Amino acid sequence: MKNLRLLTLLLMAFPAFAHATLNVFACEPEWGALATELGGDAVTVYTATTAFQDPHRIEARPSLIAQMRRAGLAVCTGSELEVGWLPVLLRQSGNAAIQPGQPGNFEAARYVAMLEKPSLLDRSQGDVHPGGNPHIQTDPRNIARVAQALSARLAEVDPAHAASYQARLKDFNNRWNAAMARWQTEAASLKGMGIVVQHLAFPYLENWLGLKQVAVLEPKPGVEPSVSHLAEVAARLKSSPAKAIVRARYQNPRPSEWLSEHAGIPVVVLPFTVGGSDRAKDLFGLFDDSIEQLLKAVR
Amino acid sequence: MLRLPLLVAALAVAFPAYADADLDALRAEIQHMKQDYETRIQSLEARLQNAESHADNATQKNETAQIAADSSAASNSNAFNPEISLVLQGGYAKLKDIPERRISGFLPDGTFPGTTRGFSVNETELVMAANIDPDFRGSTNLVVTDGSVSVEEAWFQTLSLGNGFTLKGGRFRSSIGYQNEQHPHVWDFADNNLMTRALFGEGYSNDGLQLKWVAPTELFTELGAEIGRGANFPGTDRNQNGIGSYALYGHVGGDIGDSNSWRGGVSYLSTRAVERSGTVADFNGVDTNTAFSGDGQTWMADFVWKWAPNGNATVNNFKFAAELFRRSEDGNLSCDDLDSANPSLCSGGITSAYRTTQYGGYAQGVYQFMPHWRAGYRYDLLNPGSADLGLNNANLPRPDYKPARHSLMADYSPSEFTRLRLQYSKDQSMPNQNENQWFVQYIYSLGTHGAHSF
Repeated sequence: MKNLRLLTLLLMAFPAFAHATLNVFACEPEWGALATELGGDAVTVYTATTAFQDPHRIEARPSLIAQMRRAGLAVCTGSELEVGWLPVLLRQSGNAAIQPGQPGNFEAARYVAMLEKPSLLDRSQGDVHPGGNPHIQTDPRNIARVAQALSARLAEVDPAHAASYQARLKDFNNRWNAAMARWQTEAASLKGMGIVVQHLAFPYLENWLGLKQVAVLEPKPGVEPSVSHLAEVAARLKSSPAKAIVRARYQNPRPSEWLSEHAGIPVVVLPFTVGGSDRAKDLFGLFDDSIEQLLKAVR
Repeated sequence: MLRLPLLVAALAVAFPAYADADLDALRAEIQHMKQDYETRIQSLEARLQNAESHADNATQKNETAQIAADSSAASNSNAFNPEISLVLQGGYAKLKDIPERRISGFLPDGTFPGTTRGFSVNETELVMAANIDPDFRGSTNLVVTDGSVSVEEAWFQTLSLGNGFTLKGGRFRSSIGYQNEQHPHVWDFADNNLMTRALFGEGYSNDGLQLKWVAPTELFTELGAEIGRGANFPGTDRNQNGIGSYALYGHVGGDIGDSNSWRGGVSYLSTRAVERSGTVADFNGVDTNTAFSGDGQTWMADFVWKWAPNGNATVNNFKFAAELFRRSEDGNLSCDDLDSANPSLCSGGITSAYRTTQYGGYAQGVYQFMPHWRAGYRYDLLNPGSADLGLNNANLPRPDYKPARHSLMADYSPSEFTRLRLQYSKDQSMPNQNENQWFVQYIYSLGTHGAHSF
């Protein structure tokens, strides 16, 4: 009896041993949030980046290598979004389970229809992604598709909790479908709204809500706009007006603010991913807030 | 569908001769038909709904098929070619005409070329790398200079050992310290720091094996060991089966909040030299030819700290790096005339004990003050420490001069594949040298350029 009590104490002191949870390394906050929705208590999620960081440009920090070493499943966007840092983490982690081609390596972009696939692959076009635009999380229908695939992958990597993953997916789908229907009605008035985007970060959102992208502030993807280019955009807006300038939370505020001043249209800062605003605490909050911010600009 | 009951009703109205009873029967009939049609309409509606949902499923299936087709379209015939990148480097240097540049008090690496004056194309690096199969990755780094191609790196690395282990084999840059593993195109300054130059020339690489282990802890902890041929400075190639050099190191690192990250470590390198040649001036300033045979032990400590507001390095970021070393060499040094027409104090050849302990280090900070633009400062300081040359104490000077250098640089990177740099250095590597150096440098990365380490 005494031994048993000691053992219990030990188990409590080392929660890692008490119940083996699956360590999930999420490259971006949206996948971290989705893994939490689908995994619940069966997973321990580490999110590598925040909504305030540019997912293209992340340092392959020692802390990330240490987390990758412990991961049983790495959930990333793919489509070369993380090409500047993820390969270093994978190689230096010494972790066989999450290498490309292993079940522990999950790329969300494989499960959605990609937009903006470049017809010309040349660096003169800027920071282009051969697989298509990787910012897939701005369309909730993509989230639903990825959820389906991610749930199946969780069950494959961690079969002991397969039933729980399945149940949680069903529950998530119900809530997500209801929310999508709500967002669609809320956002009905946004259809056809002209927007200027700072970076080509929103094609999926535009596609979902029927927004019309009038201009882009970056002359080429990933290239900071110059004042002369901004002036050109401002001139173009006279002939094809837009209702708002849209930028993601992590992007440099200066170009959009400059244009806002000169073109007299408001800047809409979208959370872009979970954690990008106070309301965007989870995936539901992310879209609640995104739609509300856009609606504010129309009103 | 309502036409039939209507027709019946119309007929009923048109033939009033029918009795009431008949009319009732007709009404009942019509009612019956109506019900019949309604059920048929309902069943049709249900079938329609069913078909629609099937169509939905079909579109979904189509979409999945399209996604599958999309991903398979990428596998064309050259999809399995290695990732190839080419780095173009060159520029302009304004330097004094000093025929033999040395770092005072340090035996030079005879094979390391100095910086060329005026316009020049520096090393052109050709990198090819790919995953070989699920278990291995291979990489090669060829450096092309006039008339020669040197194999800077050519290694394989395991991907599937697991448990935090990675084994590398072949020729590779040693992971000791911080700066050593970096190729010139990722340096923050146009030239290498004095410490690395005094210790290893451009950097220490080895033909051999490297085993690294990352601990399963939240704090990044990496331990590594290397064994190899040890043919490079400060060791020499020896005609032997055994291990020429080995290295041990450990690194730890982590984050402090979202904005700060750091890494620090300690490294140890053991090398062995046989008849390592060098050129040292005697007390009269006459160059002598020296040969060192013995053991070298190098200890290094490195620390790197990076800051970016909220971890977003796009607009502003700062990087600090510093390294320190202590190297002791123990063995024999023989010296002789370099040029028999110009006899030195070592004429006839004098061999004696040689024991030195030397120190040094550098510290640098680079700040990105606006997108694309960075500025940095680096300070180098070396200490020749103590030296005991035995009999040669009478022939060769043991300078106590501390080589130092200040460097200021600014660079502009319109994209991550281009870097243009201007650098000013005040070089005091040798006594009585107080040289103003100017460098203009370009670095272009072509092709698939791999991710960079921390």
